[in-house]
Amino acid sequence: MNASHEFILRVRNLRTHFHTDQGIARAVDGVSFDIPAGKTLALVGESGCGKSVTALSILGLVPHPPGEVSGEAIEFEGRNLLAFSEAEMRRIRGNEIAMIFQEPMTSMNPVFRIGDQIGAVLRLHRGLSKAAAREEVLALMQRVGIPAAESRLEDYPHQMSGGMLQRVMIAMALSCHPKMLIADEPTTALDVTIQAQILDLLRVLQRETGMSILLITHDLGIVAEIADEVVVMYAGKKVEHAPVAALFAAPKHPYTRGLFASLPAMQQHRQRLYAIRGAVPAPTDFPAGCRFHPRCPYAMDCCRRDEPPLLETGDAHRTACWLHDAGVMAAQGKAPGLPPEAAP
Amino acid sequence: MTPDLLVVQDLVKHFPVRKGIFSRVAGHVRAVDGLSFRIPRGKTLSLVGESGSGKTTTGRAILRLIEPTSGSVRFDGIEVTSMNRQDLRALRKRMQIIFQDPYGSLNPRMTVYSVLSEALRTHRLPQATGARDRVYELLSLVGLPPEAADRYPHEFSGGQRQRVGIARALAVEPELIVADEPVSALDVSIQSQILNLLEDLQQQLGLTYLFIGHDLSVVRHISDSVAVMYLGRIVELGPVEAVFEHPVHPYTIALLAAAPVPDPARKRRRILLPGDIPSPINPPTGCHFHPRCPDAQPGCARCETPLIEISPGHWVACPVHAPGAPANA
Ligand SMILES: Nc1ncnc2c1ncn2[C@@H]1O[C@H](COP(=O)(O)OP(=O)(O)O)[C@@H](O)[C@H]1O
Ligand code: SF4
Ligand SMILES: [Mg+2]
Repeated sequence: MNASHEFILRVRNLRTHFHTDQGIARAVDGVSFDIPAGKTLALVGESGCGKSVTALSILGLVPHPPGEVSGEAIEFEGRNLLAFSEAEMRRIRGNEIAMIFQEPMTSMNPVFRIGDQIGAVLRLHRGLSKAAAREEVLALMQRVGIPAAESRLEDYPHQMSGGMLQRVMIAMALSCHPKMLIADEPTTALDVTIQAQILDLLRVLQRETGMSILLITHDLGIVAEIADEVVVMYAGKKVEHAPVAALFAAPKHPYTRGLFASLPAMQQHRQRLYAIRGAVPAPTDFPAGCRFHPRCPYAMDCCRRDEPPLLETGDAHRTACWLHDAGVMAAQGKAPGLPPEAAP
Repeated sequence: MTPDLLVVQDLVKHFPVRKGIFSRVAGHVRAVDGLSFRIPRGKTLSLVGESGSGKTTTGRAILRLIEPTSGSVRFDGIEVTSMNRQDLRALRKRMQIIFQDPYGSLNPRMTVYSVLSEALRTHRLPQATGARDRVYELLSLVGLPPEAADRYPHEFSGGQRQRVGIARALAVEPELIVADEPVSALDVSIQSQILNLLEDLQQQLGLTYLFIGHDLSVVRHISDSVAVMYLGRIVELGPVEAVFEHPVHPYTIALLAAAPVPDPARKRRRILLPGDIPSPINPPTGCHFHPRCPDAQPGCARCETPLIEISPGHWVACPVHAPGAPANA
């Protein structure tokens, strides 16, 4: 592996817009990040901030129309996926990049038996014979912890619980030895004890196979448990990017800090919760300047006017907020940085 | 001591499972299987547990939105389960419910004004001019601007819709509110707005809450006491500090350990429960939890598991970890 393969995926200035009746929805608007080989990068933020659209853009699955994907590049092992044809993307998907989603049921065919569905993937992508595929399916199902796997080969999807189906999805995802797994809210629909099983499984499989994971979640607890790096999105923009320990130790963007402060787990029992005022704006109607400014307790004049660039605030910690711009803050006679107290 | 507003005793709700063309009853879903708890006036008790544990069924059976199979529900000393329709109607002014997604229960063709004035009318509350003032009073109570009155449900965000749902419940000036996963569908920044609102309203109006949730940090935040449910039964019940700081039942311990904690430095002391949550149609014998329990003993598949009081107000249904005779045997 040479130096350029230190990152399995490099997303460069990705823009994905949708042409809707209400206008142009700038769902993803100039987002960049790199995923180091063998590591897990988490994309976090509240609903509608563009996490899923980012994933679909990487996979070439954004419906067109109304969607339109542009940007500098989506480099996967040095190849620019944005320049790939649909046929080429089909070979990447499921082979080199696998994906699992929140609702495993919607990705399964309800009228085929579980064993046949996984088998079909193996025969298509790896050209295995029927018998060899069956052997491999069984091995995969055992590997993802499906008890009594042999008898479950004959099950239809509706006969399985949500947790078991998600294991089946992971088995299918693994079947072609992908280099990267994109997991969009893979445990959001599951109960907490089942979620713990699935997160554990992902961790073990990553250790065994060395695959990289792009994990999409709104749950900061899950981020803390399995991510190496975190990208925080708000209204189609990357607002903060840091190694997981750095982000949790000291979030730098007012939105990220607000998210943390809103968690009931972070408060003393019955203490009033911090709440970010207002709501996420519609993607056809993002505010000018910093898109967070109408909800931000620190918004300054420049925030309403100019979009903040991504600023380095320390070791590999970057954030898009004017509070960290030395020039802007000096003009106000202040030192750069997030003020110590979060005003409710 | 505050008197109990709600006292639930041995509440049972079984649903028949029908099979085949003759709709033969093939078994029963034992959704709620003998539940007892009490809520003092002005306090919050939470039911927490995973899917199929019977939380929603319990909430609805208490309000008799579904008929309980057996057991007793006493509201302010009055038996609810044997009440006739007319008395029940009167009682519904005192007990209300809010849902996870109020959208499903809000008529999309009615403005918020009509929704709220209808709620006032069905319960024969102040007419005409009185009603008008009351609608605006309700809106301000839940933090919505007066203009909200003329808008339709789809024009609101999830958090605002939940405010409308709360305003509708408050229209009749209830004393008890069953809140069934009221913040589960909301993003975290909006969730805290609604939790704060629920707590403010409790303070202001002296409300009593039966709060149903699955997010442990939310439940911990809002509750005075907590009942942990598993397959239709309470496995642990007590003051919120006791249950969260000193959990005793192996299921409670595993549930708390399974919840991801937003702290990357924390060492996981995770207890991975094996297997799936069994179906409540044919729940395991003895202690329902025994097939997944890390501490199960041979007897657990057979024994009865009554709640035993291990310290004042802290009850545990586990003969291994809370042995002893029932308190009032
Ligand atoms: N096919 C589509 N047509 C129009 N808008 C879309 C489409 N798909 C997604 N969007 C919009 O893009 C925005 C970002 O959505 P999404 O990526 O799903 O957010 P997240 O995954 O962070 O919750 C949303 O406002 C969504 O409504
Ligand atoms: S740029 Fe301004 S409005 Fe945006 S987050 Fe920073 S301080 Fe707030
Ligand atoms: Mg999404």
